[in-house]
Amino acid sequence: MEQYRLEVKNLHKRFPGVYAVKGVSFSIAPGEVHALVGENGAGKSTLMKMITGEYIPDEGEVYHNGALVKAKSVADSQKNGIAMIHQELAPLPDMTISENIFLGQEIMKGKFLNHREMDRRTAEILKEYGMEFDPRTKVRKLSVAQIQMLEIIKAVRRNADVIIMDEPTSSLADEETKKLFEIIADLKAKQVAIIYISHRLEEILKITDRITVLRDGEYIKTVPASGVTQGELIEMMVGRTLDNRYPKEEVPVGRPVFEVRNLCRKGVFEDISFTVKAGEILGFCGLVGAGRSEIMNAIFGLDKLDSGQIFVDGREIKVKGPQDAIANKIAMVSEDRKIYGLVLNRSIKENISLPNLAEHHKSLFINKAKEVREVKEYEAALNIKCANIDVAAGTLSGGNQQKVVLAKWLLSQPKVLILDEPTRGIDVGAKFEIYKMMGELAKKGMAIIMISSELPEVMGMSDRILCVSGGKITGEYNRGDILSGKVTQESLLHSALQEV
Amino acid sequence: MKQSKVEFFRKYGILLVLVAMWVILLCVSPTFRTVNNAVNILRQVSVNGILAIAMTFVIMTGGIDLTVGSLVAVAGVIGGSIIVANPGNWILGIAAALIVCALFGAMNGFFVAFLDVPAFVATLAGQTIARGFAYVYSDGKPYTMASKTFSAIGKGMTPIIIFLIIFVLCHILLSMTKFGRYIYATGGNSKAAAASGIRVRQVLMKVYVMAGLLSGIAGIVLAARTNSGQPAVGTGFETDAIAAAVIGGTSMTGGIGTIPGTLVGILIIGTLNNGLNLLNVSSYWQQIIKGIIILGAVCFDISSKKLSK
Repeated sequence: MEQYRLEVKNLHKRFPGVYAVKGVSFSIAPGEVHALVGENGAGKSTLMKMITGEYIPDEGEVYHNGALVKAKSVADSQKNGIAMIHQELAPLPDMTISENIFLGQEIMKGKFLNHREMDRRTAEILKEYGMEFDPRTKVRKLSVAQIQMLEIIKAVRRNADVIIMDEPTSSLADEETKKLFEIIADLKAKQVAIIYISHRLEEILKITDRITVLRDGEYIKTVPASGVTQGELIEMMVGRTLDNRYPKEEVPVGRPVFEVRNLCRKGVFEDISFTVKAGEILGFCGLVGAGRSEIMNAIFGLDKLDSGQIFVDGREIKVKGPQDAIANKIAMVSEDRKIYGLVLNRSIKENISLPNLAEHHKSLFINKAKEVREVKEYEAALNIKCANIDVAAGTLSGGNQQKVVLAKWLLSQPKVLILDEPTRGIDVGAKFEIYKMMGELAKKGMAIIMISSELPEVMGMSDRILCVSGGKITGEYNRGDILSGKVTQESLLHSALQEV
Repeated sequence: MKQSKVEFFRKYGILLVLVAMWVILLCVSPTFRTVNNAVNILRQVSVNGILAIAMTFVIMTGGIDLTVGSLVAVAGVIGGSIIVANPGNWILGIAAALIVCALFGAMNGFFVAFLDVPAFVATLAGQTIARGFAYVYSDGKPYTMASKTFSAIGKGMTPIIIFLIIFVLCHILLSMTKFGRYIYATGGNSKAAAASGIRVRQVLMKVYVMAGLLSGIAGIVLAARTNSGQPAVGTGFETDAIAAAVIGGTSMTGGIGTIPGTLVGILIIGTLNNGLNLLNVSSYWQQIIKGIIILGAVCFDISSKKLSK
C-alpha cells in the first residue's frame, strides 16, 4: 500500500474575528510536487504554519509518513523532517556559507569547531548543486536565488522529506527559476514531497503534479495539474471567471512625453536612450540585476547619474533627487513597497498624501478637508479594501498596500508613471485591477513604463518592449510582433540573456 | 461595540493612569487637594515638560537627543554671564543663550543628518562637549543674577504659561503642518519619505536645531527660577524627558507619537514626584517606585495596543 509522505485531515484554525482555515484536507505522496493556490487571505499561510508547528490546529490532524504528528514548535517539525523555505529568507548574512549550512550541527574537533572539515564538506555540497563558491564566502554576497538554494541545501541536509516552498520564484529571474526547477526535479527523484505555494500559475502547471485550491479558508478541490487550465484554476480561486488575464486596452499612441538620452552610471548601465509616448505602455524585461530597476532609480533621482539627459514634454530637466522628478510630474512605484513605497506605521491617508503635500497645500498648514476629499476619491477609484483611511498602511494585505502606493502617485497626476514590478507577490484579483487601472491611465494620455520579470505580463500589457541585459538595451519589440507571434517568450529571453 | 472600547483604551489608556493617580492622591492627601499644590506641580514640570517636547520631536524621527540636560546648563551660564555683567540687558542674555543652544542642536543635526552618525552616539558626544563647554565658559562657578525682570520669568504662573504656549505651538506644528507630516514620515520610514520627495536630511537638521532651541528655553526658565546660571545643573534631565515621551506613547523606533501624549507623560512623572513627597516616601524609594511606574505604564500601553490588533 502506498503511504503518503504527508497527510492533512480536516484542519481548522480560528483567530479572534477570523475563521482562517475551515476544514482542509489533502495528501502528498513521496516524490510529489503539490501546489497550493488561492488568493491572498485564502488561508495558505495559516495552513502551512499548522503543518510546521508554528500554530496548533483547533481541530484536525497531520500525519507524517503515516504517523500522527503533534508538533508544538517549528523546531519539533524540523526534527520530524518538515522544512519550510520562507518567502522572506532569513539567513545570517555575516556568517559564511559553510557556517550557515552547519549551523546547529557543527562538526567538532574535541571542544573546538572543525572549520576545515566543515569547509571541505560544504565545497562538496556546493559542487553537487552546481554553485561555484568558496565555502568561506559571506552569505551577504549571495543573490536572493543563491540564498534560496542555500536554504534548500540546509533543509535537505537535515534529512527533510517534506519541503514547503512559499513563493520561491517571486524574486527570481527566469534563468534562476530554471535552476530552481532543476533542483526540484532532483528532490522529486529523491522521493522528497514538496508543497509549492505560488501565484504564478504557468509555472505551477509546468512543474507540479497535483494542485489544491483554497478560497476564503475553505478547501475547494484537488486536481491533477495535467488536466486543468489556468482559466479553470483562476475560476476556482476567485469563484468567478476572469475572461482575459491581461485586459489590455488598445489606446492610440500620442506625442512623445518622456525621453532619455545616453543615460550612464558607471559599472551599472550605459548608453540608455528611449522615448515613451502619451498613452503608451513601455515594458522592460530582463534578468534581475540586469540594470532595469537601476535605470529607473536613477531617472527618479534615487541614484546618481554619471551622464545623460532626461526630457519631459521636450524640455530637459535636471533630477538631483526624487523631489525634482516629482516636481516634473514623474512618479515611480518602486520594486520594494515596504522599503521605498510606504511608511507602514502611518495611516493610509498620510501615505497617499505624502508626496502631494508640497503641491496641493501651498501654505504651511495642511487643508484637512481637502486632504480627506482627495484621499477618499482615490481610495474609491482603486477599490482599496480597508476599515477606514486612518488605519496604518502596514495592516493591509499586499495587494491593498500596492494600491495605496499607486493611489499616492496617481494623486500627483503624473505625466510619466514608472511601475517597477507592480504586481509582485499580489493575488490574481488585485493584479487584474492593477492591469485595468494601467489601461485607464494610458487612455488618459499618461506615459507608462513597466518593469516586470514575468514575461507573460510584459507581453500581455506592453505596446512596446525593451530588453535589458548587462546594463544595455539589447532588443526592442512592438506589440504587432507580439500579437502576430513573431516575438515569443523564447526570443525575449534570448535578448535578455544576450551577452554584451 | 467591543472594538470601540479597545480603541478607547488604546487612545486614552495612559490618560486613565494619570487620572487614577490623581483620584488616589486626592483621597489620601489633603495637601494634594489645594490649588497651590496643583500650580506647584505645573511649575515643576514646566522645565522638564519643554525638554520632553524637544525629546518627542527627536525620538519621533527615530533618533534621540542626550544633550538636552547639558544645554540647560549652557543656556544658564551664557544668559547668566551676560545678565550679571549688565542686568538691564536681560533680553540680550536670553537671545545669546538660545542662539548658542540652537548651534549645539545644529552640531547634533549635522552629524546625524549629513554624516549618518547614529543619534545616540552623536548626542552622547554632544552631551559631554556641551557640559564641558558650560564648565569652561563659567570656570566652574555659578552666575548669581540680580535682575528682577529676568527672575520674573521663573516666578508665579510665567513658567507655566511659557510651557503651555510651547505645548500649543508644537502640537499645532506636529499635527497640522506639512513639516509635522514630514517628521512622522521621516521617522516611520526615511527611505520611503525620501522617495516621496521629502528632503529627509533637512527635516532631521531642523528637528535637532529645534530641540536645541527648546532646551535653551528650558534652561532660561530654570535659571530665572533659581536666579542663577550654574554649569552643573540639568544633569540627567534627559531621562525624565525620554521617560515622558515614551510614557506618552512615542515609539522609540520613530514615526509614532503626539505632543498631548507627552504632556500626559510629563504630568504623570510630575504628579508622581509630588505625590510621593506628600506621602513622605523617602527619596531613595521614590526612584525605585518611579521606575516601576514607568515600566507599568508602558506595559499597560503596549498590551492595550496589542488588544486592538
